[in-house]
Amino acid sequence: MASMRDIKRRRESVSSTQQITKAMKLVSTVKLQRAKTRALQAKTYFNCMYYTVTSLLAKAKNLDQPYTQKQESTRKAVILLTSNRGLAGGYNSNMVKLITQGDFAKEDLDIYAVGKKGREALERRGYTIKADYSELADGFEYADAIKISNQLVKSYENGEIGEIYLAYTDYKNTVTHIPTLMKLLPILPEDFVPEEGMAEDNLLMNFEPGDEEALKMIIPKYMTSLIHGAMIEAHASENGARMQAMDNATNNAEEMISGLTLMYNRARQGSITQELTEIIAGAEAIS
Amino acid sequence: MSDNNRFLLKVITPERVFYDGEVSMVEFNTTEGEIGIYKNHIPTTVIVEPGILTITEEEGPKNAALHAGFAEILPDSVVILAEIVEWPSEIDLERAERAKERAEERISQKEDKTDMDRAHVALKKAICRINTLK
Repeated sequence: MASMRDIKRRRESVSSTQQITKAMKLVSTVKLQRAKTRALQAKTYFNCMYYTVTSLLAKAKNLDQPYTQKQESTRKAVILLTSNRGLAGGYNSNMVKLITQGDFAKEDLDIYAVGKKGREALERRGYTIKADYSELADGFEYADAIKISNQLVKSYENGEIGEIYLAYTDYKNTVTHIPTLMKLLPILPEDFVPEEGMAEDNLLMNFEPGDEEALKMIIPKYMTSLIHGAMIEAHASENGARMQAMDNATNNAEEMISGLTLMYNRARQGSITQELTEIIAGAEAIS
Repeated sequence: MSDNNRFLLKVITPERVFYDGEVSMVEFNTTEGEIGIYKNHIPTTVIVEPGILTITEEEGPKNAALHAGFAEILPDSVVILAEIVEWPSEIDLERAERAKERAEERISQKEDKTDMDRAHVALKKAICRINTLK
């Protein structure tokens, strides 16, 4: 049996780890709350945006312009949203798996990484990291989403890339986070099905400048809003995942501590019993 | 009487609902020029250019700097989806002036690698911020 001192030391180390995991859990709970509020505020904007784009596409059929047509280039760009820090359970590895196990060819893929963890994992596997926006995984504003979106739209227009995808973790609720892959460009009109009752309202809508011109200006904005929305969702998921992971860690530590306490008490009792036996044996020998 | 000519205006940004209320007129700058909207406007969607957004309420007009986005105009409501919009109190005049100088410099030097579109947009935004404060 391990000595009393060893057990005691081990128990102390587990309990200080537990304090850290507990603190980390509290921090991510607060951050999660904040991210959730932010997601709610962004929702209004996104819904209006989606509504407008859908009605535009419904109205302007047979458009002859790059955003709504398949491109020649076979290169694909993926914006990969992960976190800068680990200890978030399967959050980052799920995102990486989404890319490595998806039906992408490694050679044809350009990764635009937001988040150090995803970038490092894919770099090791030999993927092309085209750009790195990792500083945004900690804090970002709408202007940052505009920056990313502009760069991608430019590469798309120059014909360097034929398709743009967005890989992020969708935040359903505190315990469910779904790794999601979404196609940003080209937007094929058949992917957009107008909701019922919507089409009639929109037939009356005029676009200034013309439908096509308007679509050309709105689609990059739409893309930006999707990227921004995904960043918010990913942020919420990251903190949700970390909260869960740290909660489990805290519970496991609790279990370990109670096991170690039991062991410690047994060892202590054992040594007392042994000492007593020795004293009694000694006393008997004298008498 | 005054109730009849008012309509609902919403200015939404990705971060917050900037304005939500009843107004009698709203003016802003679009790709097709400056427009002013009263109630019962024909349904239109327009693209916003950097400029001053003037919201006329019952108490009087209010100004704000509106930089980018688009607006959906319906007979009884107007929704402006703004990427960036600021009240005058939120504008930093010094910063805007510095940005204006920088943009002008970039445009006047005009090298090959200069992103002219971006410089022009930056200049427009800076001028719009400064004008809103005046």
